[in-house]
Amino acid sequence: MSNVLVVAEQQHGVLRSASLNAISLGRALVAANGGGTLTALLVGHELGSAAAELARYPVDQVLTVDHPALAAYLAETHAPVVAAVAQQLAAEQVAATATSTGKDLLPRVAALLDAGMASEIAAVVGPRRFKRPMLAGNAIGLVEVLTSRVVVTGRQTEWPAAQPSAAAAPITATAVPPGPALGAEVLGLAQLPSERPELTEARVVVTGGRGMGSGENFKHLGALADVLGGALGATRAACDAGMVPNDLQVGQTGKVVAPELYLAVGVSGAIQHLAGMKSSRVIVAINKNAEAPIFQVADYGLVAKWEDTIEDLTTKLRALRSA
Amino acid sequence: MKILVTAKRVPDPEQKVKIKDGALDLSGANFIVNPFDEYAVEAALRLTEKVEGATTRCGEVTVLGIGPKDMSQQLRSCLAMGADRALLVEGSDEGLDSEQVARVIVAVYQRERPDLLLLGKQTVDGESNQVAQLVAGYLGLPQACFACTIEASADGKSVVVGREVDGGTETKRLPLPAVVTVDLRSVLPQSVRNQQTPATHAYPEGPRYASLKGIMASKKKPLDSLDLATLGVTATPRLKLLSLEAPPQRQAGVKVESVDALIDKLRHEAKVI
Ligand SMILES: Cc1cc2nc3c(=O)[nH]c(=O)nc-3n(C[C@H](O)[C@H](O)[C@H](O)COP(=O)(O)OP(=O)(O)OC[C@H]3O[C@@H](n4cnc5c(N)ncnc54)[C@H](O)[C@@H]3O)c2cc1C
Ligand SMILES: Nc1ncnc2c1ncn2[C@@H]1O[C@H](COP(=O)(O)O)[C@@H](O)[C@H]1O
Repeated sequence: MSNVLVVAEQQHGVLRSASLNAISLGRALVAANGGGTLTALLVGHELGSAAAELARYPVDQVLTVDHPALAAYLAETHAPVVAAVAQQLAAEQVAATATSTGKDLLPRVAALLDAGMASEIAAVVGPRRFKRPMLAGNAIGLVEVLTSRVVVTGRQTEWPAAQPSAAAAPITATAVPPGPALGAEVLGLAQLPSERPELTEARVVVTGGRGMGSGENFKHLGALADVLGGALGATRAACDAGMVPNDLQVGQTGKVVAPELYLAVGVSGAIQHLAGMKSSRVIVAINKNAEAPIFQVADYGLVAKWEDTIEDLTTKLRALRSA
Repeated sequence: MKILVTAKRVPDPEQKVKIKDGALDLSGANFIVNPFDEYAVEAALRLTEKVEGATTRCGEVTVLGIGPKDMSQQLRSCLAMGADRALLVEGSDEGLDSEQVARVIVAVYQRERPDLLLLGKQTVDGESNQVAQLVAGYLGLPQACFACTIEASADGKSVVVGREVDGGTETKRLPLPAVVTVDLRSVLPQSVRNQQTPATHAYPEGPRYASLKGIMASKKKPLDSLDLATLGVTATPRLKLLSLEAPPQRQAGVKVESVDALIDKLRHEAKVI
């Protein structure tokens, strides 16, 4: 038996979908401990509908910590809150999805709790034993946390989003003082609005590489993604060249995706890129070079220039859709 | 500005990963500086130099490595890039977990008292992505992880960091001393500003190569060894790697001849559209 605490995320009072993956991970931790309670924690200010939304999922309770000083996410102010709540609940296991916030926050929480931590786990093997990908996905490690309290982040693609449960969980507001900001402050957040689904959740991902030549040319991939209801991704080379925003990067050090269908266009298939998309169900590669390594992992390869294929593919798929 | 950069040696990611008896087989492995740490060295150099015609140093960069004795090779290459001195704390590559590494960094920080602690975002072998956050937590310092831009203030008392976060870039200001980890884009031509080098200056993309002069000079730069006892570090590990296995291999599929053939396969064979 163990009390498990999962850290959920919200933005402007809206629950972030990665929280649902964290709940699945939390349920797996409860199961591995032979039962216990699962608490989901929301930290911030003006939490809007996020808590009520969270309570619809299979958790035993939702705790909220709402304070003006917690409005902007800062590891400095949030980590002490998560650690204090973990102490209050005597939570032996603290988990979150490995989003950029999860990756930033949870190790700092582990430091405050003097707990061992396993990052980006893909499976729970026992109460303290986990599997996690290493070496750009070329090895799976079996690790054991040696402290009694355990902190983990889960790789989002390995934990399905939790499904709503029949009964709503109780929501309790708890007053925990924010940690000191230590002088840190958020000056701004530049987010580019996108009409497309999130990369990590999309059923289809269309990725462009340096072979696309320019940011302008990515509009052809955008049109293809839209026909398929998919998200747009990119390689490091395309992001570094400024063709597309950085957060579209797929790979070892970008987003890890595992959609039903992954289309790689003008992508060579470097190991760091493969690490982020190899678990996709079906992989298609379009590349003008028949020797490109991407073809070694592609279920279907088309040796061609994107200029000669993408519009044709988009038009034909659109016709199929409307048929 | 005084900067402490950490660097780990990692097996070259371009070499095939070999697993033998549930462990990593490093025979024949070629070691390199963890790429993100090389980027951290580059960022540290850009923060502590003035480039205007000639390049002059206006700060100090110390590189700290924790690893086997052989790691001095990788530390020398950081010195050849331009770092001023290096410290090697002896330990094994695999034997140390994030906790022990973090405690060593904390101890060295307390001896050195740098203005800025600069780390890589993650190692490319272990991929833990925790050491910097642990160190910041233990020291009670502010942190900015995943930096794509770093701008030092004119008075040298704070930094403004652009952080790569899901969905965009967050700008965070930290008073110094602070802990910062660098992401890939920190080595783009205009990612780092220090108010000394003109803001219009564009660096070549990527970490700098060591010049012949730099390599010669590196041989005379101080590279000191320290051990855990001297540092007073007694941390016990908190995470143990029990075994490693190879992931399921993906088989190469088929080449199709045309867009029509591709659509046909996706509809009728893979059934994804
Ligand atoms: C520490 C580190 C971390 C990294 N992390 C990542 C990561 O997370 N994600 C990532 O993607 N990379 C990452 N990389 C970079 C990676 O090593 C490769 O450099 C990068 O993935 C290459 O991108 P690319 O395939 O777009 O470009 P290239 O390798 O230049 O390939 C371009 C391809 O386009 C094809 N092409 C050219 N013109 C056309 C055309 N008209 N039509 C069709 N095909 C065409 C070419 O044949 C070629 O195969 C990392 C590197 C390092 C060192
Ligand atoms: N053995 C080590 N020696 C020096 N620095 C290290 C070591 N291990 C990790 N680091 C630093 O911590 C960063 C994050 O590593 P990790 O949390 O292990 O992914 C790395 O990029 C390094 O800067």
